[in-house]
Amino acid sequence: MAKASRRIGRKRRYATMLKKAAQLIFYRRHMEPGVKGWELRKKLGSDYPKVIALLDEYLRSIGLTVKTVFEGESSPENPTIDQLDKARFYITLREELGLEDMKFMGWRIDDLAGLAVSLAYIISKGGKAPRKDVESLLKMKIPEWRVEMNLSRYLRMGYLMEDENEQLYLGWRAGAEVNQKKLIDLLLEYEI
Amino acid sequence: MSGKHSRRMVREELRRIIELCRAVENKGLNPFTVNVDDLIAVIRLYFPRLEDPEDLSLDAEALNQIASIIKMQSEWVKRRATSLYRDPFLIEEKLRRLSTRDLTEIFLKTWHPIVELEQVTIGSLRMAMDYWESLTPLNERWKEEELLKVMTERTTREELVKQGFLRDEAFLSEIEKMWRELKEDAGSEGKIDYWDFIGADSYEETIERAYLTSFLVTYGYASLEIQPLEEKIFIKPNEKPFLKTSSQPVSFPISVDYERWREWRKRQGE
Repeated sequence: MAKASRRIGRKRRYATMLKKAAQLIFYRRHMEPGVKGWELRKKLGSDYPKVIALLDEYLRSIGLTVKTVFEGESSPENPTIDQLDKARFYITLREELGLEDMKFMGWRIDDLAGLAVSLAYIISKGGKAPRKDVESLLKMKIPEWRVEMNLSRYLRMGYLMEDENEQLYLGWRAGAEVNQKKLIDLLLEYEI
Repeated sequence: MSGKHSRRMVREELRRIIELCRAVENKGLNPFTVNVDDLIAVIRLYFPRLEDPEDLSLDAEALNQIASIIKMQSEWVKRRATSLYRDPFLIEEKLRRLSTRDLTEIFLKTWHPIVELEQVTIGSLRMAMDYWESLTPLNERWKEEELLKVMTERTTREELVKQGFLRDEAFLSEIEKMWRELKEDAGSEGKIDYWDFIGADSYEETIERAYLTSFLVTYGYASLEIQPLEEKIFIKPNEKPFLKTSSQPVSFPISVDYERWREWRKRQGE
């Protein structure tokens, strides 16, 4: 009897934490969306990785997932609690998108292709490329006035970053949303 | 060759090295095209002749740039060893030849956009209202100090304390008052929860108490007991002010934010 009521109590506690975790990650509270691991620890307690795993499982049914972006370039297979505390958690679409979904996302085909070119080019150059080079690559297929506008949009949204030497880098959003290895592999595999 | 002529040549040579390194870095060229050994040999050759601070500064800058090239070479090797490395020329070629539609289709297979919400909730509205109520009007917060033109004259100790040039005895007595209060609150247990000690009816007073408490710890009147797993902080009064001079001082930041204060107040009310 006592065992059963303890189990119900634990279930209720996790259900409350699940709601809290969803609110924390879904609602934008800072300049960037998502939430840091240490913030989750502060609000949910030290077993927050378990709550996140439960939330991920729950979101599966509606085609969403919890994406964890670790500090640094690589994603550890078995992250330590310290690595999780420093990581940022986002909710992203789980499934692949098709051309028919693009309109619902508010993107034009040219703009999205431009983003793909910019990201793939920077990845191929080791994560950094002169803005001039990216511009000239984009200008081959997109009008000049649009290139400037698109690059500003990619920078504003966090897909790209630029330094004072006009070098472009991958931004925080590219790390969270784009599977970089898959992008490069698909590009190279594609038969023209 | 005259000394002046030789100095000019050395400067030109150093500037050439700096420019070369910068060009490689900015254009993202292969850093192994730079022969680091040759550049170091040139710098080593000229260094004994340098006396002028400007020349020495150029020499340091050239060395710094060479160090950047060595760092780039190390990153270059590391990148080539990763699974993400593919020939950039091959990728560029594909990017040039693929149609916009094909590129988009490929990208959509690798793109998982972030889902986020921006919405006002009843809870956040309530919090905002509480905050608004406790917010002091701007004309009180931004009271401008009017500048007065005065002649130089003798000042008093009180005036210097007021202006922050001298330490106020009242501040120390304030701290000692807090110390006595802490000893009473800690009771037989000898410690009290940090928030229970600094927490007050208003947020402003809580901040003031947290500020004074930080000095209690710094001046050795009290010490902190941190329980990281339980995420609890206790404050313990010392019998006598005690300063550890042998060990390295440690600073421990504690966030006293408005939200936390509200949570504490709510708990107190329960």
